[in-house]
Amino acid sequence: MSDDQTGRREFLARSGTFLLLTGAAGIAWDAVASGEPEKAPNYRSTDHWWAMAIDVEKCIGCGNCVRACKEENDVPREPFYFRTWVERYHVPEGDIERPEVDSPNGGYDGFPEKYRAGDGAKSFFVPKMCNHCAHSPCVQVCPVGATFESPDGVVLVDKTYCLGCRYCVQACPYGCRFIDPRTKTVDKCSLCYHRISKGLTTACCETCPTGARMLGDLKDLKDPIHDFLRTHKVQVLKPQMATGSKTYYNGLDGSVR
Amino acid sequence: MGGFFGHKGHLVRVAALFAAGILVFLVLQALLVPKGFGVYGHYRAGALDDNRARPLMHAGRAACVDCHADVWEVLQKGKHGPVHCEACHGPLARHAEDPSAGKAVKPDPKLLCARCHQEGVARPAKFPQVDVAGHAGGESCTSCHKAHDPLEQAAPATPEKKDAAAAVPQKGAGQ
Repeated sequence: MSDDQTGRREFLARSGTFLLLTGAAGIAWDAVASGEPEKAPNYRSTDHWWAMAIDVEKCIGCGNCVRACKEENDVPREPFYFRTWVERYHVPEGDIERPEVDSPNGGYDGFPEKYRAGDGAKSFFVPKMCNHCAHSPCVQVCPVGATFESPDGVVLVDKTYCLGCRYCVQACPYGCRFIDPRTKTVDKCSLCYHRISKGLTTACCETCPTGARMLGDLKDLKDPIHDFLRTHKVQVLKPQMATGSKTYYNGLDGSVR
Repeated sequence: MGGFFGHKGHLVRVAALFAAGILVFLVLQALLVPKGFGVYGHYRAGALDDNRARPLMHAGRAACVDCHADVWEVLQKGKHGPVHCEACHGPLARHAEDPSAGKAVKPDPKLLCARCHQEGVARPAKFPQVDVAGHAGGESCTSCHKAHDPLEQAAPATPEKKDAAAAVPQKGAGQ
């Protein structure tokens, strides 16, 4: 009798373990079958947490980043859509509520001079791009899971899955998304995911002549971005929206929207 | 007994309906949910690889220096040291892969230099900038400056021109 009971208990325990293990194996197999990010040698997406630091005081408005980004990421040339662009601010003295902002062709051809020195206003350039928010409004509104925050903190688009419904275009508070007229799906800055996962920097950082942009891995304690964030007083755009933006601006004026 | 089986029949029919519904759901789910969906979150895990698959256009400075270390050495001596090669020469990943393909073009100095150094109200005051037309007077920038080491005088300019170039105050010296 007691032998019989032990046998039954053992049988239940064993079959339970078996079921648990096959479940775990199933999940593991899913990861293998789906083309895991670890396929790129030496790159584990969970080891990184990407961010961008932008030094407004260094930007000279040459437009190198805009041109390089278009080349690197095959962003449609005309009409003018951008994954990154540069804005010129012209702020009348003491009136940060009413800045004059222009961005001719996103800064693709630079900025033809239209202001005169000594007019009592301050002028500066602000490079803009996807802020790669940790709590992205655009990701939250996507009805099909076609846009997402990757394990390494990059907001990406699954082009094969995007319906082109434009919810995310409206949801992004920074205006960083557009519908690619060729594919009718959404497009945005991918933080040059094809480059940063191969140990290269983004095209905009690569071509910025003054080092106004700095890509950084917040999980890598040796990354110079930590030094930058420690030694500069930085701000994110629209902090009141609690987007968890990871694009940190140094020297950001209160007039910048 | 007959009544009991009659009730059982009802239950079996309802259960069969439920089972069929669940089966249809499972079949549809297997057909419609893409492979890898939900592994890392509410998205297709393979999308990471899709994003990674884009071909490179910019090779990166390390690739340039691999072959052109001599130019890099000159560059390091001058003010343009921090500027990466492709900032001026354009995207050259194809050339880095196969040196005979897509050779770097020599950019037009009048256009290229002015892009960064033409005087501008919105440019940071400490960045070196000049009124290109007034400073060069139609002369090409490279007839006085070497692009890779701009403050070293290139060609032996005529004395008065050399003096004129030296006399033009630079708005700033820092990068």
